[in-house]
Amino acid sequence: MRRLLLAALVALAPLGAETIVIQNATIMTVSKGTIKNGSVVVKDGKIVEVGEKVMIPEGATKIDAQGQYLIPGIIDCHSHIAGDGGINEGSISVSSMVNIKDIINPEDIAIYRALAGGVTTANILHGSANSIGGQTIVLKMRWGKDAQQMIFEGAKPGIKFALGENPKRAGNPQGRGANGQAPVARYPATRMGVEDTIRTAFNEAKIYKATWDEYNAKVAHGEHPLAPRKDLQLEALKEVLEGNRYVHVHCYRADEILMMIRVADEMGFKVRTFQHVLEGYKVAKEIAEHGAGGSTFSDWWSYKVEAFDAIPYNAALMAKAGVVVSLNSDDAELMRHLNSEAGKTMKYGGMTEDQALAMVTLNPAKQLGIDNRVGSIEVGKDADLVIYDKFPLSDYAKVQKVLIDGTVYFDRDKEVSAQAAKDAEKQKLLDKLKQQNQTTPAGGRRGGRGGE
Amino acid sequence: MKKLVTGLLLMVAYAFAAESSTVAIRNAKIVTVSGPVIAKGTVVVRNGLITAVGETVEIPADAFVVDGEGLTVYPGLIDAMSTLGFGGASTGGAAAAGGAGRGGRGGGAVTATPAAPAAAASTATRSMGPEDRPQTTSWEMAVDEISAADGRIPTVRASGVTTAVTFPTRGIFGGQGAIIDLITGEKAGEMIVTPAVGQYISIGRGGGFGGGGGGGGFPSSLMGYIAYVKQIYLDAEHYKMAKEAYEKDPHSMERPPYDRALEGVLASKRILLPANRAVEIDRVLRVAAELKQPTILYGGRETYRADAVDLLKKSGTPLLVSLRWPELPRGEIDPDNEPSMRSLEAIEKAPSAPGVLKKAGVRFALYSDGLEQPRDLQRAVKKAIDAGLSREDAIRAMTLSPAEIYGVSDRLGSIEKGKIGNLVVTRGEIFDDRTQVVWVIVDGRHYKPAETAAPAGRGAATEEPGGNQ
Repeated sequence: MRRLLLAALVALAPLGAETIVIQNATIMTVSKGTIKNGSVVVKDGKIVEVGEKVMIPEGATKIDAQGQYLIPGIIDCHSHIAGDGGINEGSISVSSMVNIKDIINPEDIAIYRALAGGVTTANILHGSANSIGGQTIVLKMRWGKDAQQMIFEGAKPGIKFALGENPKRAGNPQGRGANGQAPVARYPATRMGVEDTIRTAFNEAKIYKATWDEYNAKVAHGEHPLAPRKDLQLEALKEVLEGNRYVHVHCYRADEILMMIRVADEMGFKVRTFQHVLEGYKVAKEIAEHGAGGSTFSDWWSYKVEAFDAIPYNAALMAKAGVVVSLNSDDAELMRHLNSEAGKTMKYGGMTEDQALAMVTLNPAKQLGIDNRVGSIEVGKDADLVIYDKFPLSDYAKVQKVLIDGTVYFDRDKEVSAQAAKDAEKQKLLDKLKQQNQTTPAGGRRGGRGGE
Repeated sequence: MKKLVTGLLLMVAYAFAAESSTVAIRNAKIVTVSGPVIAKGTVVVRNGLITAVGETVEIPADAFVVDGEGLTVYPGLIDAMSTLGFGGASTGGAAAAGGAGRGGRGGGAVTATPAAPAAAASTATRSMGPEDRPQTTSWEMAVDEISAADGRIPTVRASGVTTAVTFPTRGIFGGQGAIIDLITGEKAGEMIVTPAVGQYISIGRGGGFGGGGGGGGFPSSLMGYIAYVKQIYLDAEHYKMAKEAYEKDPHSMERPPYDRALEGVLASKRILLPANRAVEIDRVLRVAAELKQPTILYGGRETYRADAVDLLKKSGTPLLVSLRWPELPRGEIDPDNEPSMRSLEAIEKAPSAPGVLKKAGVRFALYSDGLEQPRDLQRAVKKAIDAGLSREDAIRAMTLSPAEIYGVSDRLGSIEKGKIGNLVVTRGEIFDDRTQVVWVIVDGRHYKPAETAAPAGRGAATEEPGGNQ
């Protein structure tokens, strides 16, 4: 009886609670070197043992990774997938009231595709249309879960800033706006204006913060004053001033990076990461001194004037100057092969395997303040793991399996073998609906004008 | 004094009685909805109210008598969300509204009004944030805008719809809806059953604003819409506090400036929010919980899915299900732009949603969503019945259920003594292909369904479902 109950319990337990041993793999831990022929034990969603020899718990599911490679899940520090209804609230220059968290679309197929490219965590950013953009959120690619379950629990939320061409572009009326009318210019139209916009917004936020601090102090003294108006726009900036929200700054040119550091110092907050930061190599020392990270492209350049000075050595040069550097995608397609993006830093700048791999795992984890949970294969960390068939920094490597929290979310064998059945199912449904269209008269769709 | 009042009341009563006739339908099958079906009985409607219903009922001498042999009587159908009474292009004002601008499937065929985006009126001053109260006319009341001369009324009534919950649908905060009875009257005021039932909110990307700062104002993205709605409710709460503090002691503070947008929001006893996909239902229920407002959702396209139904059930939020079922585009399908499996599934399964909701015990009602031709409405309901909703439940979803959701089941939604005299008399079972609507009785006035179609109106009350992908 008791055994029966236990069996029932085991059957009911979610997949995540499964105990898994990945065996015979080349384990690239990132933080503690590479184990040639080792095993990783996963229990309750966490890594519990890593080594050449491990204790295999009874009843553990064994995954034989003979001849294959195991790396920590890839982390993309700059992505715009998994959102509904636009990722730019570009109508105004300070849109800090909007929040990506409100529009998470857990059914965006780009999530699954990113997962199939080894990505387990992504920083979902607001676009770069305005000087101060919207609030951002870190997600785990838990495909099949709902919006709330996607959120990386405990990860500090962020906010997007943007400098240079994008935020100033909307200041110049061009083309036709909505309704065929000439669009109204939006301030700012220059880089000077971008700086002014950020400074002005923080001056307002400081006043707002002071108003609330004063109110809270009065309440603490037993008074009952009328509460100030809660302003979602300034609330987010107040959180930045209080250190409760990371600032991710879209930028290109060295001069504007220095400008941003000066404004941040003046206003009393820290820039957490400079994003794109293609001229970061010119001011790497200053970025390192500020304590900001740099999240850049491997070798994408010249797609706009402010990207002309980009060099593929940027990541390595910044890293050598002491900046925590990550490589990001900013793109749903590039997101699927960040492993080979990391590999490029070995050619351009002579990074070691570990250093290169860290740029898409441990470093972005540090930049997002989640390196206590993810980013390397260490005991106690989340079991976010990727199995590649070949050396993972190579273009030829293919993702075989992806685990998040110890649950297999992507399995190439299953995906490939199920594809034909899925296609057939879809074709069958399509044929059925086409058939229905032919046999039934056009009805409801005509609505108001309807009739036969 | 008291006598005088009584006298006046009597005069009013007489005046009303003189205008409305007494109608009796005898020997008919009566589907009361609230109680058991009466196989053969009589309903009497007098002075606009149902005065008697049963197997043996005395028929008043002055009654207009319908011999119900072979006929069935149902409570008048209620369209739980519509724009009826906003009479198309001619009325201007609120009528240049969202439904039309957003157009929809089928290349805008559903709309007669030119696709004038709601933004047109407001782009002169570009909204720079929530403080500008963009796309907001929360203070507007359907009762103030309704025209008794809306040409669509006889058309819609011909399908047995006696009552519509009608909303100003322009912008984000459209205004407050009203429940109206579809009489052909001189004065719109006679049509009103309940003047203020709730605030119509749209958080789609409608309104015609471009994104990316291309000249439109705030908001221009879904997250912008959501942030705006949240800010409005924060502001309304603060405004209320400030006003109360001022009333308490006007000497202590500067008077808070009057804000009609917030007044409109505060005056609304419930809100209506759109949600079609399961993801949207999850999202919008979270927003509603944050706003702390009694909420009705509208749309419901993916509520054939267990996860969507679970969410509704857990939250206890009622849902209005659009009867505009998704359809596969006609003609050849572009192989490069093939519909996704998810959208194909929605086309196949959407009509089964009402049956699924019923089984799960979620409170729901059906709404026309711009289907105005009797044939279209009948077919759409029939589709839900064919997909698993019982006929009884389909009838309830267009009678007593909407009345309950809007809190007016004491006067609408079933055939009971004392309720408003709204009835449909059919030959054949309602919602069947060959069924004929013989009489429609609204507020005790009897109408023979119109033979010809009236001009089209503004089309759907809601946006293109699932348009956020």
